[in-house]
Amino acid sequence: MSEETKKPAGKKKLELDPRLAEYRGIWVFIEHERGTLHTVSWELLGEGRKLADKLGVPLAGVVMGEPGEDTRRFCQEAFYHGADHCYLMEDPLLKDYRNQPFTKGMTDLVNAYKPEILLLGATTLGRDLAGSVATTLKTGLTADCTELNIDVEIRSLLATRPTFGGSLLCTIQTLNYRPQMATVRPRVMAMPKRDTTRSGDITEHKLSMIESDIITKVLEFIPDQNTNKINLEYADIIVSGGKGLKKQENFQLIWELAKVLGAEVGATRPLVQSGWVEAGRQVGQTGKTVRPKLYIAAGISGAIQHRVGMDASDVIVAINNDPNAPIFDFATYGIVGNAMTILPALTEAFRRELANRRAEAVAV
Amino acid sequence: MLHIVVCIKQVPDSAQIRVHPVTNTIMRQGVPAIINPYDLYALEEALRIKDKFGGFVTVITMGPPQAENALRKALSFGADDAILVTDRAFAGADTLATSFALASAIRQIEKNMPVDMIFCGKQTIDGDTAQVGPGIAKRLNLELLTYISSITSVSAGKKEIVVQRRSEGGVQVLKTRLPCLVTMLEGSNEMRFATMPNMIRAARTTVKRWDRIAAGIEDVTKIGLKGSPTVVSKVFAPSPKTVKAEIVQTESNEPQDLVGSLLMRMFTKFPHVREELEKSATV
Repeated sequence: MSEETKKPAGKKKLELDPRLAEYRGIWVFIEHERGTLHTVSWELLGEGRKLADKLGVPLAGVVMGEPGEDTRRFCQEAFYHGADHCYLMEDPLLKDYRNQPFTKGMTDLVNAYKPEILLLGATTLGRDLAGSVATTLKTGLTADCTELNIDVEIRSLLATRPTFGGSLLCTIQTLNYRPQMATVRPRVMAMPKRDTTRSGDITEHKLSMIESDIITKVLEFIPDQNTNKINLEYADIIVSGGKGLKKQENFQLIWELAKVLGAEVGATRPLVQSGWVEAGRQVGQTGKTVRPKLYIAAGISGAIQHRVGMDASDVIVAINNDPNAPIFDFATYGIVGNAMTILPALTEAFRRELANRRAEAVAV
Repeated sequence: MLHIVVCIKQVPDSAQIRVHPVTNTIMRQGVPAIINPYDLYALEEALRIKDKFGGFVTVITMGPPQAENALRKALSFGADDAILVTDRAFAGADTLATSFALASAIRQIEKNMPVDMIFCGKQTIDGDTAQVGPGIAKRLNLELLTYISSITSVSAGKKEIVVQRRSEGGVQVLKTRLPCLVTMLEGSNEMRFATMPNMIRAARTTVKRWDRIAAGIEDVTKIGLKGSPTVVSKVFAPSPKTVKAEIVQTESNEPQDLVGSLLMRMFTKFPHVREELEKSATV
């Protein structure tokens, strides 16, 4: 690309390079595996809707999978969650996720229909696919965004993500390449309302590939056992512990409260690193992002690395013996005190309160 | 014999990074530089394959001259050869430009000895993007296997590999052909200790330094800032929440009173939390 075609970012009312202006519309990759849809797709459609309205362009879902009822159903659901349009690629080769056919399919779709923005979930599948597609298309990709916006004048995606372990945020733009790509972690964006009066149209596109083109074969799929699955990201109530609990046996108090509340258990990174809790329970920058209705944080100071993973919770209750702990700057309620005595009292109070309620309900 | 290339990165230990409260700049002073922890799983897995089937492990990194320390550390764990790709022209590279430079350097490595496998960590702890591994694979047209939790079998003769790959709802068992690029999941193995002979060898080995030309890169528009489609337009500190926590206090400040007061306030102001609790509670 020659220097003359580059436009300075700051100037307003620029004519977009015609080569870039060809790209229009916002796409969201609708992620599903084995008949299960990943709800990050709906969260992205909710956010994509806002961006599309700012730009005055349509919002489309991209559904790729083996032919069957599932793919049609996911298109329908995409419309309910905000899409105007769906690009559908059905082929038996797309039954299981494999990098090669999905990268080929997605890059072909982009080259054929030219979206200006392509959003994917920052899941294992989404990250694998996004990195491959961006490299193949030689365009920019911003990972793990926490905020998306548009500079309408230059039709540019403003993708904001934490950097240096969440200590700082940076806004990244892809000025001279299209599509502008970004991944977003599950639960960072709010879930849009499902509106069954919405509908849209479907464009079908063939995957131009045959099985013998694909080098990697799926021998088997071993589904996770439901019993030991940790559903932290989508939990409505979470009880979390940090270093302030001092000893590993004190973490039991977290489990006891969680049991009474029917809550999931979370933890900070130091506890995971000390082996008190499994890695799948880590909340924060290098762990999970959560947005429960209630988040109880005991013995957690509220370092930025933890905060970025949980401050979208509706109600945050913080228990810490240090009145100056940063967690009190952003929690909803704070109790300054010893977590080891407050936690059992809290467990007991909830037990009593909820048992009373149940008794009343039965009496009525 | 298998030739395995391991890509590593020297990163600041993010647990020890602080941001200057006034200027919002990163305070790097005194923050130790370490091998990206995720890359150690990649290196260990490569060394295990070498132990089992015989092989040659080359470690490569792109970075400033002091990144040589990371390579020397890798040699002390048992890597055979180390290459530091370093040039001012690489400065400001995003993931696309980084994968271009590393892929080009790996092509130069291949001129001496064909490469069977490339190992990377699943992501770095400073950038957290997980994009460079897939980028290198695509540029070299290799099979890409990300988030690998275990390598079930390697057939050096047939040049085939069977792996377990973590996906959102389970584990995929995949078979593919070499050469391929693997990104290893954390916890998949445990790094060995450096042995005395390896430490001595590491101290004596010359870490090769490749500039842009040695790495086979002629087109400077593909590397560094120029080769990066993404630009950082703004860096800022997260905005502090204006509303601080309502601190629950009672006359006695006894635990029972405090939690009682908390529940009353919370259930009055946020009735939906109460409804949620009634749905999920196990009492």
